[in-house]
Amino acid sequence: MTELTKTALVTGGSRGIGKAIAKALAADGLQVYLTYVSRPEEAAQVVADIKAAGGSAREFKLDVSDRPAVAAFFAEEIKDKVFLSALVNNAGMTKDGLILRMKDEDWDRVLDVDLTGPFACLREAAKIMAKQRFGRIVNLSSVVGQMGNAGQANYVAAKAGLIGLTKTAARELASRSVTVNAVTPGFIATDMTASLPEAVLAKFLESVPLGRAGTAEDVAAAVSFLVSDAAAYITGQVLSVNGGMYM
Amino acid sequence: MSVEEKVKAIIVDQLGVAAEEVKPESSFVEDLGADSLDLTELIMAMEEEFGVEIDDEEAQKLIKVKDATDYISSKS
Repeated sequence: MTELTKTALVTGGSRGIGKAIAKALAADGLQVYLTYVSRPEEAAQVVADIKAAGGSAREFKLDVSDRPAVAAFFAEEIKDKVFLSALVNNAGMTKDGLILRMKDEDWDRVLDVDLTGPFACLREAAKIMAKQRFGRIVNLSSVVGQMGNAGQANYVAAKAGLIGLTKTAARELASRSVTVNAVTPGFIATDMTASLPEAVLAKFLESVPLGRAGTAEDVAAAVSFLVSDAAAYITGQVLSVNGGMYM
Repeated sequence: MSVEEKVKAIIVDQLGVAAEEVKPESSFVEDLGADSLDLTELIMAMEEEFGVEIDDEEAQKLIKVKDATDYISSKS
């Protein structure tokens, strides 16, 4: 029986932090499957970049908040097709607004993509990883999930919830040598933060002891470590990558 | 294969025990060493193999191998 290829599934891998994670894990020697929703060309470019560097990768269109689609994706592309070494729940979105004025659909959508989506992917991955007796699950939470942030009730609730999910999953799956950890990036220079006004940007940086925004690669390095063999005794933890913004 | 033989195969595969150890009177937890994750996976494997749905209340009553075999036979 030919051995299945060790693969990392990175949701939301077409840009930003996900793209850096995809590249880092490919450089570590894993085949990378990345998912995207609205950026097929960018996803294809990340795959091309990985291949050009000698790695192996594929891109898939997948809305993680669509639970039947997630189940179908795992059944068709993952189960018995690859050795699922790692799941990185990175896909996320924001729909900011003050609580007083937040619409139901904005609350629901962000919770669906940022919390329910990771849960759906984790559930499918857990079935496979439990059978494999090996797995690494990394959930991308956020510094605001630890601190709170005015104007982001939905996003913060989802990211804080993701930390709770991480700990429960860590306890449930530990007996099968599956570790589950969260990474909480601080202020990272990506599309998500690029649109912020200068004044807000400056204020943020004042609160970072190391005096700069983080890079996607700073975060990818933490994910790479948690996925590696070196992190085998680490589970249920939150690894903060925020320049000291929150301690 | 009979229902009994299929159930036995699933148990051997999931729990990694020898086929000879799987008797109708064997208790999943006490005799065959299954933990909670094993039990859940066993239920899921049986649901998939036999195309049945086993809800949590019914699953809790499946203590011995015989219980599982009888339950599935009654459903198919």
